[in-house]
Amino acid sequence: MQKTVLNDIHHRSGARLIDFGGWEMPLHYGSQIEEHHAVRRDAGMFDVSHMCAVDVEGADAAPFLRRLLANNIDKLQVAGKALYSAMLNEAGGVIDDLLVYYLDDGSYRLVINAATADKDLAWMNVHRQQWQMALSITPRREGAGALAMIAVQGPQARQKLWHAQPACRPACEPLKPFFAVQWGDQFIARTGYTGEDGYEVTLPAQQAGQLWEALAAAGARPCGLGARDTLRLEAGMNLYGQDMDESVSPLDAGLAWTVDLSAPRDFVGKAALLAKPQRYQFLGLVLRDRGVLRAHQQVVGKHGSGEITSGSFSPTMQQAIALARLPLATAIGDTVEVAIRDKLLGAAVVKPCFVRNGSILA
Amino acid sequence: MNIPADLRYTRNHEWIRSEADGTITVGITDHAQELLGDLVFVELPEVGAEFAADQEAAVVESVKAASDVYAPVAGSVVEVNQATVDAPEVVNQDPYAAWLFRLRPAATADLAALLDAAAYQQLVDAA
Repeated sequence: MQKTVLNDIHHRSGARLIDFGGWEMPLHYGSQIEEHHAVRRDAGMFDVSHMCAVDVEGADAAPFLRRLLANNIDKLQVAGKALYSAMLNEAGGVIDDLLVYYLDDGSYRLVINAATADKDLAWMNVHRQQWQMALSITPRREGAGALAMIAVQGPQARQKLWHAQPACRPACEPLKPFFAVQWGDQFIARTGYTGEDGYEVTLPAQQAGQLWEALAAAGARPCGLGARDTLRLEAGMNLYGQDMDESVSPLDAGLAWTVDLSAPRDFVGKAALLAKPQRYQFLGLVLRDRGVLRAHQQVVGKHGSGEITSGSFSPTMQQAIALARLPLATAIGDTVEVAIRDKLLGAAVVKPCFVRNGSILA
Repeated sequence: MNIPADLRYTRNHEWIRSEADGTITVGITDHAQELLGDLVFVELPEVGAEFAADQEAAVVESVKAASDVYAPVAGSVVEVNQATVDAPEVVNQDPYAAWLFRLRPAATADLAALLDAAAYQQLVDAA
């Protein structure tokens, strides 16, 4: 199993470690629910070094990404701006979802998922050759120049980072959401996967332990992938491999807002998306009865049946919530039934965003 | 790992206490609650329900996963612990106090086949 540079610290901190996409990662450090609350109420930090930063540089970097990604990188006009996009196959299925940061003309940084990194890089390299474009594609997860990533998230997260390393404050305090700045060796982005404010810090691997300890001393609580999953679910953010994969159109996974179909730009998968319109709505569910919603449970409503793609118990709402692919005619406010073991339990259809900045929306 | 010597155990990580009135009390072990993590939902059987040995009798769910709790021997349910339904976290806090249900064993029930503390410890260590 692969290990991040913070693996020893996790072991020493009493983390329960699990195999996540071939990486030994913390599931929790004692209580997943307490970690979840720490992020909603104060500040938590996550080792996300298993994710892979990829630098795309060269004269053709922009034309390459313009043709590779379903979202349009021309939306990135200011240095440091980030864009969320899906990368599709020719059939319009999702190979991965990623963030792309615009650094400079001819210089972009992508952050791709851990389990999909190898296939993503192969896909990108095949197209670079096929399109005969002049650019380099450099993964930054291993070897010399390896980078680690620490996400610090929560209403107090930014203060924790400023406290942990005061010198970074002038550079990163002015950052607006979805912007990043290079500060010395560190790439500091005001982004995240929790629905809370905070930063994601990408830095040389050998410096990660020091920042982790400094953030812990500043009061950021170490959090595992368990809390990361319930936080992103409450925030209505998709998880690759669960809410969408290569067999799922982004239009059926609630990602239409990230797909730019406007002419004249062409991109991989566009023809397939145009030929196969949206078939499902991607909506939220709140269980009215007691129980826990889980992926793959069947949902039955007056317009037909659907399926839960992600579900869990929401620590903030103290109710079970889920993301689900439902028939197109389904409307927010509908009541549906979910098959849980031998019972059909009632659930309300809601917007697929349950909690934002500490407040319950659904 | 807390494995009280005066209880019996199953391979499915349940603990069993024999009561003076001939009934048995069933819960999940410290090891089981630790594997599951924070419990958020408990579903218990109806009083009077009858189960064969190893049949699913209850469900415990954490944020992470759902897990069945099996009848350790054949029997009928004489009492359930509603406190675990109302506040599932009590099972994490004290798994040997937060019992789930009590069974009156059927005439055919074989209590001797259950594991003792030493055998259960071995099972946990081998996992």
